[in-house]
Amino acid sequence: MNLFGYLQQYQTQLAGRTLEHLWLVALSIGIAALIGIPAGVLLTRRPALKRWVLGVANTAQTIPSLALFGFLIPLPWIGGVGPRSAIVALVLYALLPIIRNTYTGIVGVDRSVRQAAEAMGMTDWQLLRLVEMPLAARTIMAGLRVATVSGIGIATIAALIGAGGLGEFIFRGIQSVNTGLLLLGAVPAALMALAADFGLGLIEKRLVRGQVGS
Amino acid sequence: MTDEPAAPILLEEVTYRVGETALVSGLSLKVEAAQTLVLLGRSGSGKTTALRLMNGLLRPTKGRVLVEGRSTEEWDPIQLRRKIGYVIQEVGLFPHFTVSENVGLVPMLEGWSEPDVRRRTDELLTKVGLDAEPIGARYPHQLSGGQRQRVGVARALAADPPFLLMDEPFGALDPITRAEIQREFLTIRGSLSKTIVFVTHDVREGLLLADRLGVLERGRLVWSGTPEQFRRSGDAAAAPFLECLS
Repeated sequence: MNLFGYLQQYQTQLAGRTLEHLWLVALSIGIAALIGIPAGVLLTRRPALKRWVLGVANTAQTIPSLALFGFLIPLPWIGGVGPRSAIVALVLYALLPIIRNTYTGIVGVDRSVRQAAEAMGMTDWQLLRLVEMPLAARTIMAGLRVATVSGIGIATIAALIGAGGLGEFIFRGIQSVNTGLLLLGAVPAALMALAADFGLGLIEKRLVRGQVGS
Repeated sequence: MTDEPAAPILLEEVTYRVGETALVSGLSLKVEAAQTLVLLGRSGSGKTTALRLMNGLLRPTKGRVLVEGRSTEEWDPIQLRRKIGYVIQEVGLFPHFTVSENVGLVPMLEGWSEPDVRRRTDELLTKVGLDAEPIGARYPHQLSGGQRQRVGVARALAADPPFLLMDEPFGALDPITRAEIQREFLTIRGSLSKTIVFVTHDVREGLLLADRLGVLERGRLVWSGTPEQFRRSGDAAAAPFLECLS
């Protein structure tokens, strides 16, 4: 059977798995952004924390994803079999690029601009909201983009611990040595990653007013 | 405390140290109301540090900086800085704001109504020789160096602060634009009554703009007086600068 045959046969399943996959990634990136962006801002205010926070985020990144999913299964509260563990793992992977880019974006704001803002009597909150965040927006978005695209790939492994998603087809394909089934998971996941990259790229461009960076 | 009004800006034996290096040492200065004090000095003489001590961006290691009779340590830094316009050589315009938004920022932060901010912005842009239409809607990267610096001056004047600190504001401009903007600055200054501290290494500029002149050398004030006295001075501190004039 060719790929189109599989497409027809698994149409409804494919739609369900795609939605599952999308949901897993969107939710984890959302959570990671809610943690990572404030954490990145905090690092610019408390540089002493930088080593620790980036160290932890870095370490999380180095754990092989297959192993991380495995580690999470026996853990209470955050772990177990199913989407919860998968989301925790995906959040951990997404944190580093988001924290790092938020930090770099803000630290990269031109010194004279920061100085002018300070000298005109902006509070720290105004500096952050009116100057640093808008000027760092592009870099922060780039971090979210990297996190999302790699998250879509990593999320395929979530199927292994029963979290669903497009990985279901891939694992079934591997187990039954069925390339068609494997592709049925892999191709949509790749397309999703491309679409996310493109879409977030558009948002990134829209966020930029005037001349920011190059 | 006497009954006479406090000097707008007063530095009392101010020392500012970073590690072992004193960027400013034992500096005493008095800036008179509605006058322009020019601090003249070579690179590294502590001019910029002196300015940054005045608006509380730096805190003195020793001594006191008094603004309107109150130490900068006692001032709420935000309130202090809102009273003091600050213009720097790099301008530091916000690249994501239009020219009008840049100029109107402090009034906006001060809670002015939108029509008031707009009226003020247009008025100031005209004052510094720019047409609010169409320049107000442009972004800083679309301006020339001279225009950018004009916007920087307009921004510093926006909320009508009684003080203006200027750190080599025209230093990066070509000589012709520079002369032009200096002349215009004199005109603007005549129509306002601001207490100004102007830092420069350019003796011509200093003599042109100063009511009083102070020469800084390695963080110390080595000479002070009027431009006229400076020209006639045989002082060793003045000599290298006067040589530049001939």
